[in-house]
Amino acid sequence: MKKISLTQMKGKQKGIILEISGGPGLQNKFMSMGIYKGREITKISHIGLKGPVAIKVGRSVLVLGHGVANKIVIESHD
Amino acid sequence: MIKKIFLVGNPNVGKSVVFSRLTGVQVISSNYAGTTVEIMRGVLKLEDQEIEVIDLPGTYSLEPASKAEEVVVSLLNEPAKEEIAVINIVDSTNLERNLYLTLQLLEAGLPVIVCLNMCDEAEHHGVSIEIDSLEKLLGVAVVPTCAITGSGIKTLLEKIKDIKNKPREKSSHRDRWQAIGLIIEQAQRLTHRHHNLREVLEDASVRPFSGALIAIGVMLASFEVVRFIGENLISRIADPIFLNFYQPLLIKLSPILGDESFLHHLLIGDLINGKIDFKQSLGLLTTAPYIEFAMVLPYIISFYFVLGLLEDIGILPRLAMLLDNLLHHIGLHGFAIIPVLLGLGCNVPGILATRNLESRRERFIAATLISIGVPCVALQAMIFGLLGKFSGFYVTGVYLVLLVIWVVLGVILNHTAKGYSPELLVEIPPYRIPALSTLCKKLLLRIKGFIIEAAPLVLLGVLIINVLLYFKLFDLFTGLFAPVVKGLFGLPKESVVALVMGLFRKDVAVGMLMPLALSVKQLFIAAVLLAVSFPCAATFVVFFKELGLRDLLKATLIMCVVALVTGTLLNFAIR
Repeated sequence: MKKISLTQMKGKQKGIILEISGGPGLQNKFMSMGIYKGREITKISHIGLKGPVAIKVGRSVLVLGHGVANKIVIESHD
Repeated sequence: MIKKIFLVGNPNVGKSVVFSRLTGVQVISSNYAGTTVEIMRGVLKLEDQEIEVIDLPGTYSLEPASKAEEVVVSLLNEPAKEEIAVINIVDSTNLERNLYLTLQLLEAGLPVIVCLNMCDEAEHHGVSIEIDSLEKLLGVAVVPTCAITGSGIKTLLEKIKDIKNKPREKSSHRDRWQAIGLIIEQAQRLTHRHHNLREVLEDASVRPFSGALIAIGVMLASFEVVRFIGENLISRIADPIFLNFYQPLLIKLSPILGDESFLHHLLIGDLINGKIDFKQSLGLLTTAPYIEFAMVLPYIISFYFVLGLLEDIGILPRLAMLLDNLLHHIGLHGFAIIPVLLGLGCNVPGILATRNLESRRERFIAATLISIGVPCVALQAMIFGLLGKFSGFYVTGVYLVLLVIWVVLGVILNHTAKGYSPELLVEIPPYRIPALSTLCKKLLLRIKGFIIEAAPLVLLGVLIINVLLYFKLFDLFTGLFAPVVKGLFGLPKESVVALVMGLFRKDVAVGMLMPLALSVKQLFIAAVLLAVSFPCAATFVVFFKELGLRDLLKATLIMCVVALVTGTLLNFAIR
């Protein structure tokens, strides 16, 4: 078990969301899209070093810009 | 008594398709979040009663996070609850995420009916939903539909009549997701499926290397197809019609009007070497219809056909992800690629689509870059018309110059424009095989839109030019700008008229440049100058409506500077 940010996760890795930093606006938006503390997500890919991150939450695929992806802390299984 | 029906749902669940089915009003729908940026209204006849149907932009929740969502919430709260019905459109393939909004609607005490859309697709994905148990768990009617084929819409209409108000207790975000988890467990069954080709492609298109390859391939293929269809429509259909059927009629008309009469000048224009030349005569019956229907319309058809395909398959949001990094350098994020691509068809919908960008700064940068650096179909057809007969290098050259301007201007704006640029946060839809019927409907809608918008303006433009030319009113004007145009751009002073008329409507300008017998270099510079200026009067209007007078003036000033600098540089750089 280790705590890493979403951007540091490797592709095809699963993890559980531990923390989301960021203002209430962003928190709310995340919440309504199904991204919240305790939720399991799968990282799909990452474009470039500072690029956006694609994740799978439930049945939807979401793309997050690098900055917002950095605000999500994940508990990774390995 | 129900007076209004609201269509509410997450982005990209097919609200607009349901709206078309209910009201018969055709609207554009695509496979990406945020196709609808305006609130559409239509009328539904239900047992002799007329009910207003309102199609709202997609929203994930009733706690507004963007401007579009604020509008949804305020509209829903406006009328008395007894007078409205809410059709909550839900994507059956993604029930869990969609139910968050459903629960919020119920908690708000709104009379809701749930429309489980895309049922056929859910089946393909191995998702089956038990309607009865979902109805029990939610406490409201649930109707499975497939709006594209129209199945289920009838049942939906029947159930609207006895819609009831079943408020749920208000709950916290966490409890809401927990409740959804329980509902899903009881009402949804998933059959495990092996990865199919579609999923493999979906995966590959969001990975850096394979994604870039796919994107480049798709883009190159798209340009080729647009060009191929456009060229063939012109050479095989439009040109033969004009030359073999229309021209003989005009040749008979010409002597009747009398060579030197004002009417002849107005309707047919000048005879070039004693003959009617559709590109140069500049008459209301000659050049005006030829430009619209034989030069621009064929490319409108081919461009929107291909764009429609890309939209409906679901390629655009994937491009947004791949380009996110690059677009950050010019103060935008990946999603801005969608307004830009729409702008390649016509700048007006492009600027409207910038509503999907959250911050004002982003909208200003995107709208300015679209109106200055993104040539619309009409403008591109003109570039081909002016430079096509020379080597392909010149046409490509115009695009290269535009690209350079785009990047340089973007970087400058990114460093100077005040405000903030938010980050990309968007859902990627599954790839879908487009339905031919929706593709055709969308294409027809856009062609109709083009003809209604462009034809009157082009006729008016040609009329104004002819009257001014006949009474020699341009001379004053050309004299005034001659030093700039002649001294800096190396163009004859008569081209001022074409450049200025180009602000009104680009397609008109080309007919005015043709008779001037410009050299290739001059044509190239003129084409670039036309390309960097606002494409038409409608662009000014929509820019003003969307961003206000201040921003319009700023963008216009930027446009003048860009034109001045680029024109001068090219004039002195090219030998």
